[in-house]
Amino acid sequence: MMNLLALATDPKDLTHGVKLPESPYYWLPARGSTTADAVDGLFNYIYWVSVISVVLLLGLMIVFVIKYKAKDRNVKPEGATDHHTGLELIWSTVPLPVVLLMFAWGFQGFVNLRTTPKDAYEIHVTAQKWKWLFEYPNGYADDVLHVPVGRKVRAVITSMDVVHSFGLPAFRTKEDAVPGRYTELWFEPTQPGEYPVFCDQYCGTDHSGMITKVVAHEQADFEKFLEDAQKKMDLMPPMELGEKMYNQQGCAGCHTLDGSPKTGPSWKGLFGKMETMSDGSTMMVDENYIKESIMEPQAKMVKGFPPAMPTFKGKLSDKKIEGLIAFIKAQK
Amino acid sequence: MASTTTTADVHAPSANSADDNYLTHDKGVASWLLTLDHKRIGIMYFTCVILAFALGGLFALLIRTELWAPGKTIVDADTYNQLFTLHGAVMVFLVIIPGIPAALGNFVLPLHLGAKDVAFPKLNLMSWYMWIIGACFLVSSLIISAADTGWTFYTPYSTTTQTAVIPALAGAFILGFSSIFTGLNFIVTIHKMRAPGLTWFRLPLFVWGLYSTAIMQVLATPVLGITLLMLIVERAVGIGIFDPELGGDPVLFQHFFWFYSHPAVYIMVVPAFGVISEIIPVFSRKRLFGYSFIALSSVAIAILSFLVWGHHMFVSGQSVLAGSIFSGITFLIAIPTAIKVLNWISTMYKGAIHLDTPMLYGLMFLWVFTIGGMTGLFLSTMSTDVHLHDTYFVVAHFHYVMMGGAITAFFGGLHYWWPKMWGRMYNERTGRIGALFVFIGMNLTFFPQFIMGSRGMPRRYYNYLPEFQPFHQASTIGAFILGIGFLMTTVSLLRSLMKKPDAPMNPWGSNTLEWTIPSPPPYYNFSDVPQVTEGPYEYDNWVYDEKTGDYKRKGTEASS
Repeated sequence: MMNLLALATDPKDLTHGVKLPESPYYWLPARGSTTADAVDGLFNYIYWVSVISVVLLLGLMIVFVIKYKAKDRNVKPEGATDHHTGLELIWSTVPLPVVLLMFAWGFQGFVNLRTTPKDAYEIHVTAQKWKWLFEYPNGYADDVLHVPVGRKVRAVITSMDVVHSFGLPAFRTKEDAVPGRYTELWFEPTQPGEYPVFCDQYCGTDHSGMITKVVAHEQADFEKFLEDAQKKMDLMPPMELGEKMYNQQGCAGCHTLDGSPKTGPSWKGLFGKMETMSDGSTMMVDENYIKESIMEPQAKMVKGFPPAMPTFKGKLSDKKIEGLIAFIKAQK
Repeated sequence: MASTTTTADVHAPSANSADDNYLTHDKGVASWLLTLDHKRIGIMYFTCVILAFALGGLFALLIRTELWAPGKTIVDADTYNQLFTLHGAVMVFLVIIPGIPAALGNFVLPLHLGAKDVAFPKLNLMSWYMWIIGACFLVSSLIISAADTGWTFYTPYSTTTQTAVIPALAGAFILGFSSIFTGLNFIVTIHKMRAPGLTWFRLPLFVWGLYSTAIMQVLATPVLGITLLMLIVERAVGIGIFDPELGGDPVLFQHFFWFYSHPAVYIMVVPAFGVISEIIPVFSRKRLFGYSFIALSSVAIAILSFLVWGHHMFVSGQSVLAGSIFSGITFLIAIPTAIKVLNWISTMYKGAIHLDTPMLYGLMFLWVFTIGGMTGLFLSTMSTDVHLHDTYFVVAHFHYVMMGGAITAFFGGLHYWWPKMWGRMYNERTGRIGALFVFIGMNLTFFPQFIMGSRGMPRRYYNYLPEFQPFHQASTIGAFILGIGFLMTTVSLLRSLMKKPDAPMNPWGSNTLEWTIPSPPPYYNFSDVPQVTEGPYEYDNWVYDEKTGDYKRKGTEASS
């Protein structure tokens, strides 16, 4: 419990233990997937085209300034050329193939990034302020992304509130999470290890805290990890399950445990309390009120709080809701 | 009273007297607030834009101070979000968009054309008042509860956040009208009010820049207006246009927004091309290289700029086909832009280069804009953009282009036309030192952001991984150097108003029409309708006079 409090109040801990892995490249982060290899080749091509052009252009500029700097105001310029057909033809045509290659290579790379292979392993990604949730085919859900090395993974992405962006710098891919629709991306991890996941589209107060990690496991470890994790969740006592849901489902983003109100009321001492609703009526916070607030958050709002909470109808099993109720009860 | 025809010259009382100029012609606050004189309106715009620039700059310094260390440094996360929103909104809508066209353009355009004023002087004053009203709305958002949406107002965040978004939207909406009025005015002025002999291909390139800009202002800004109005309606009455909760489409907003805001990028930078095209030939004493290419490619860019908005949306779920068309057209713009840089550099070849402050800003523009342009290639290429999208790489790129392009050219133009505006020479030494600080500060602020960005640092982050800290610190130091540079420059310019020497008629030996009349210009601009017989960049006939610091046309040296 003490740990959670620290997490909510000390912004330095908002990195959630995510680290940027040591990279062998100066400009780019460490690579973790097949898509990264493809993108980096093109990045380097554009990089060298830019470096050569910048050195050429600015070099010429500097040489001209030094060479043709006038001693006094009445010095006449040495030349008067204001056009040169040959030169103009050269600099209009030479960049053309250079840039065409950039475009074509980028197009081919983009098609690759956006064409998910058919046999890919599917993970559902749900973004909400300010939390990622990853759901696996066996029903397991986690706020850290676990993926198998050497297997193509398809992420089906959506958002519960505003636009977010699911960014994986080590895999060189990214796609917006848009409310009301599904978007997708895919990757094939090549190296076991941990890499950061960022939210790249501005989404409010804790935008910069909306980061987590992607853990790439060896295939065999991955299967075992998923099975164990699911079993562990099935056997979890309600109170512990509730605490897990509190962190995993994004409750912690708005409801504190220390009594200070955030976007929503704090859960400390909430159970059994008489609350004034936005319509002026009063109501006791009991099991039924909590369940209704999870399913239909805007039905009865506590006065003074914005209607910001998304519904969890169909997303949380009865068991998980009971866990949450038990957890709220325990916050005295 | 204020007739727009040049025959009004006959009424000018003692137009040749040195004491009677547009600054002294009428006195009192009302004579400024109700003026129809394009020069005074230009000066009023200029004053307001500089004040807004100071406000936006203050926000920038607060942002950079906050980012000195991860976690909380001086403000909390919500305040930080409001700061970067206001920084962006103020800089885009109040500073860069009106900066060159409305401030410098208003002052210079009629003088460039040999005209008495713009075509619609009352509309011109109206546009300034629109700016003031729009600015009041935008700043009122700051006082009520500053918007925290980012200057892009993406939905459904902007329709659901609790901050005062509507005043900010209303401000941007009203500022749009200010921009449309200026654009409309300039189009008509350029078509109808050129002096005899001033054919299209004898126009100074600044006029071509303003013309291309005006086309975009008139065609694109209404789309922004409608979009912002829809957003206001959705927020106020809950009609579902963009919010999926209400049956709307959030990505539709992004299409509408960028349909304006990409042309807006060129509204910001094309007039800067114009200013640079004035400065470089004058200080190289040589005709501009490739005049017609620069002139026509500005117009081409203005048209193409309407067809590239989707390159802001490569990761929004937009189709691959749409993305590839937007990417392709973006490259079409990249090539002529690169050729312009080559033209400017070629102009300096075998020239007689003078490194006065305006030229230093011109060279700074070439440096910074070249880097800004080249890094644009990474972003217009689809697959590399996916990695760099919404990272600091994008922040660095557009600051190199907007700050390094538009603001650098604005300050270059300001120094260049300063003697004409006020009849005073600025101090060359402090001007140059200021420019040096700006140059160092700009590169130190924004270059480290490229490295952070390509390593994955997302933009608009309040907190960050400790690995990025050295780059953030370099950037913060740079921002303060930049701030000092601009402060020094402003103080240096303002001090010149109180000190001699008076500016001569043509201190730079330029061959455009504004330099053939006294500094500051008389109220009626030209005492006779000028006859134009040659292009704007012919310097052979101008001879420098050591004693007066003035250039005289050959054959007229003795007569003054």
